[in-house]
Amino acid sequence: MAEWVEACAVDDVDEEDVIRFDHGGRSFAIYRSPDDEFYATDGFCTHEKAHLADGLVMDDIIECPKHNGRFNYKTGEAKGAPVCVNLKTYPVKVEAGKVMVEIG
Amino acid sequence: MTMAKKRDYSLVGESTRRAIETGLASAEWYHTDVARKTMKVLMQRSDGPAIRDTIIWIAAILGSAAGIIWFWGTWWVVPFLFVYGVLYGSSSDSRWHECGHGTAFRTRWMSDVVYHIASFMLMRNPVQWRWSHARHHTDTIIVGRDAEIAVMRPPDLLKAALAFTGILDFRYSLPTLVRQAFGKLSDDEKSYIPEIEQHKAVIAARWHMVVYAATIAVAIALKWWIPLVLIGLPRLYGTWHMVLTGLLQHIGLADNVTDHRLNTRTVYMNPISRFIYWNMNYHVEHHMFPMVPYHALPKLHELIKHDLPEPNPSMWHAYREVWPVLLRQLKYEDYYLKRELPPTAKPYRGEFHELDITAAAAE
Repeated sequence: MAEWVEACAVDDVDEEDVIRFDHGGRSFAIYRSPDDEFYATDGFCTHEKAHLADGLVMDDIIECPKHNGRFNYKTGEAKGAPVCVNLKTYPVKVEAGKVMVEIG
Repeated sequence: MTMAKKRDYSLVGESTRRAIETGLASAEWYHTDVARKTMKVLMQRSDGPAIRDTIIWIAAILGSAAGIIWFWGTWWVVPFLFVYGVLYGSSSDSRWHECGHGTAFRTRWMSDVVYHIASFMLMRNPVQWRWSHARHHTDTIIVGRDAEIAVMRPPDLLKAALAFTGILDFRYSLPTLVRQAFGKLSDDEKSYIPEIEQHKAVIAARWHMVVYAATIAVAIALKWWIPLVLIGLPRLYGTWHMVLTGLLQHIGLADNVTDHRLNTRTVYMNPISRFIYWNMNYHVEHHMFPMVPYHALPKLHELIKHDLPEPNPSMWHAYREVWPVLLRQLKYEDYYLKRELPPTAKPYRGEFHELDITAAAAE
């Protein structure tokens, strides 16, 4: 059953950056794009267990801190070796200064 | 953690099984604390430094190649061969490395172009080596897992010395590409290249073979050695600098540990070697934070050096320090060099390493 959960306040994430959000035994990455939109994906890289919140956001790309694998965090698309499996993305909305994520 | 049994460097053997069972494979590694905001600044990509360096690099390659052609048949060709060889056979390694990580340029296609050119110069399959290097970062000097351990234990000193000539690497790299071009990947290669990527490795090897075949054909047709001197053979006569700098990355240090301060070495080097090597002399820093581009490594070094062993002040110092360790490893392969941490550093994690390594360590 999908539910909307509060991940963080809008100001918790810098522009063109990412933070970690843990909920219900799962880990997510919350992104704020350069055009001030918010996005959410699974927290761990699909290649090996490294948290993407330690990575680098560039435009619409998140680069994994361990092997520099790149994903489009808006679509979850893996952009090539060493990542071959897409990242799961989650719907996000902003309400009253809070970033809400729909977790299925 | 030292090994009770002899090391098995195969990637599908006994050491592999043991590394997986003991949790050494894909383990969590030690990182020096760096504030996120600071790290974000250090990780920032820009095209400027790499474009500048690549223009200098290509200009120097073309200039020295022109000198080889112009002075061929005279002794004046020697300095041009020296420069061209090092640029082709050694500096390509650092370009391959940085562009493989995707950190050299901000623009991805620029990294990819330089990566493929450098891979060709090195006779490295660009697909295979991208994956082997990912494994090297996951399991740095973990026996049975790391595909890029340059000097295994007990050390084969003759082999290490011959590496400076490029002969052994040439003898390995060329037949490997030929084998891969015929669609055959070894069990070790299959262990780190995902199945969906393996056909790409075969195609890449075939492209390399096409270029080498064309080069040989031109040389034969024109009855002229120069094409071979410029393409392929520099892998022999220009490799020495890559080996000189690259061997120092991990040689004589610990294996089967999960702290890069124990198995990786930072060495201060002269500016020319640092240009050729693209600052990979800051190797502990690179392994701890592979997201930081080569041009920001000196800043990263300043930031975290309080937590790292003191760097070797020169390559000469580093080789002098490691030589007796290698000699002792000939008799006692568990022996290694444990580098002292400064008082400002967080201690090595005893819960992972202390019990087994103290008996074998030289401080």
